[in-house]
Amino acid sequence: METKIKSACETCAHFNADGLKKLGIRTDNFDFVVALAGNPNTGKSTVFNALTGLRQHTGNWPGKTVTRAEGGFEYNDQKYKLVDLPGTYSLLSTSEDEEAARDFILFGKPNVTVIVVDANRLERNLNLVLQILEITDKAVLCLNLMDEAKRNKISIDERTLSRDLGIPVVAASARFNEGIPNLIQTISEVANGTIICKPHRIKNVPENIEKAVKKLTNEIEKEFPNIPNSRWIAFRLLEGDAQIIKALKQGELI
Amino acid sequence: MNLKNIDNIIELSNELRWQIGDDFHDNLTESIYADAADIVKDTVQIDSTEKRFRLDAKIDKIVTSKTFGFPIMFLILGTVLWLTIVGANYPSALLADLLLDTIHPALKSGAASINMPWWLGGFLIDGVYLAVAWVIAVMLPPMAIFFPMFTLLEDFGYLPRVAFNLDNLFKRSGAHGKQALTMSMGFGCNAAGVVATRIIDSPRERLIAIITNNFSLCNGRWPTQILIATIFIGAVVPAAVSSLAALLAVIGIAVLGMAFMFAVSWALSKTVLKGEVSTFNLELPPYRPPRFWKTIYTSLIDRTLIVLWRAVVFAAPAGAVIWLISNIFIGNESIAAWAIHSFDGFGFLLGLNGVILLAYIVAIPANEIVIPTILMLTVLVTGISGGSGAGVMFELDSVNATGDILKAGGWTLLTAINLMLFSLLHNPCSTTIYTIYKETKSVKWTVFASIMPVILGFVVTFLVAQIWRLLS
Repeated sequence: METKIKSACETCAHFNADGLKKLGIRTDNFDFVVALAGNPNTGKSTVFNALTGLRQHTGNWPGKTVTRAEGGFEYNDQKYKLVDLPGTYSLLSTSEDEEAARDFILFGKPNVTVIVVDANRLERNLNLVLQILEITDKAVLCLNLMDEAKRNKISIDERTLSRDLGIPVVAASARFNEGIPNLIQTISEVANGTIICKPHRIKNVPENIEKAVKKLTNEIEKEFPNIPNSRWIAFRLLEGDAQIIKALKQGELI
Repeated sequence: MNLKNIDNIIELSNELRWQIGDDFHDNLTESIYADAADIVKDTVQIDSTEKRFRLDAKIDKIVTSKTFGFPIMFLILGTVLWLTIVGANYPSALLADLLLDTIHPALKSGAASINMPWWLGGFLIDGVYLAVAWVIAVMLPPMAIFFPMFTLLEDFGYLPRVAFNLDNLFKRSGAHGKQALTMSMGFGCNAAGVVATRIIDSPRERLIAIITNNFSLCNGRWPTQILIATIFIGAVVPAAVSSLAALLAVIGIAVLGMAFMFAVSWALSKTVLKGEVSTFNLELPPYRPPRFWKTIYTSLIDRTLIVLWRAVVFAAPAGAVIWLISNIFIGNESIAAWAIHSFDGFGFLLGLNGVILLAYIVAIPANEIVIPTILMLTVLVTGISGGSGAGVMFELDSVNATGDILKAGGWTLLTAINLMLFSLLHNPCSTTIYTIYKETKSVKWTVFASIMPVILGFVVTFLVAQIWRLLS
């Protein structure tokens, strides 16, 4: 077992438990919906448990969570409903668990999406992060498994990462409850609009494609002003995604 | 919103799709990876990562090796079962002592002192209470040992390695390699295993995984296997090696179940569920030392108590049903006796008997109550005294007493072996059947998944019985 000296901040009552109430499965009358997304086996369920006080099963294998779990917490008199999504590597694939995750981020319109990533495998995890950031502009990156990263001698410059991604980054070891208070604070700031995200949009796109995407994006924005993910919809339309075409026709995307 | 404009947008997208060519998907994926690489270059620093990664890789080299992979798997399974079999004895005896020998008589005399009518007392105390008490005494200890150990393995990260080892076998059966994971979940509970198949992308392979999940011995059946193996298989070898023989018999049944899983998967993928095997990436996550006490606590609270609660919920009405069918008479015979006699002929063909077949009908809601039902019904037909009357579940203070009752009921080694086989090969419990329906939304496949294993069970036990009788 590891014993870690907690930082002065984390032991301070004002920092931690002060405004926090774990609500378990009571999710009625919530003010905000928070989605937990991320690659399989990055500890989403552990983060979920730490926030809600629930004991959703965790296990060290990809695919542990196949159904959506919901729980709640209250922070500074605001109620949050937390939805633990099945882990996915990408939003472009077809299995039932991955589709559930995508549909929730897209149609469930969470107020904040917390993207949990494995700090040891940041590059691979960013594939999903960058896709999610095309869809939503209210997100928090939870850099989980920092304890393992430390053991593996991996250090991550959180500030630069936050600047590059345009969203707040919180380092955590959810198994040991480290970084969770900070995560809660950040979620509430994003939810209340104290932190404004300017999410990274996919850059290295070949010129001819970028041109086509721009043209399509403009048309979409003409029809749906204020839509946060016009560019992503353009990507999907160019790929001929039947589900998105249908959703667009039925007005489910606004 | 204007539908015409939306049609225009879609029209435009179709046009543009032609212009940019069909590399679009690959190009986009490449752009994402390029962006990710850029970001990581600026933010991540790695100092000599080798040392720790090498330890994980070293363990993996052994536990997934061609030579050692399978023996290690069986060794781990064997150890877990061994600890369960040996460790469960003492707490089981204690609980039986308390619930069956102390509280039960107390309840009876309590009922007598308030002049409760005999049928109500019989129904509640000898029916409902005894069934529940038996399930708790016999099932709680093995579950309280088996589940935490299984969860520790899971938290440690061993399951993906099992999937890795079995991938090739599943692929050759025309099934999905991730079926190894759903199979492992089935060892705990088939309903959970069926839900877990959602991780399989292809509908064809998912259906195979759902249909064959029943071949994973579930928690409700482990105690049956362990008990019968201990009584009958353990008895034919010298006492010194009897628990080893019992252990090997149980592992044999579990492995046979896996063999049936492969065979049926293969048969399905060659006939009604034809198709290509899909490829997939399986991440072997780093080994993580489990948080021991937390894991023990969670698996006790969640898994053990939830499964136990389910068993109790089903055992209570089943106990009542048993008591009723043994005490309601049509002519000279109780309903139970009549059913047993009419099943006896068919039972004999299968090397089983009418009692066992009736017990499996009563126990459709929960496999957990098969053995207590069998004991009760056996007492009923053989008329052994010592039970507390018709339809009263028998007290199980020692494994020997159970064996004596069964032998008095005409059981032989063949009956025991075929019961173990039939316990492996019969319909899923009603919860699992309902879960299969919810997951497949198909009556056809639900019926198939429910009936197919029973037919297999009939065929296998029939063949074993005939060959056995020819040889002996």
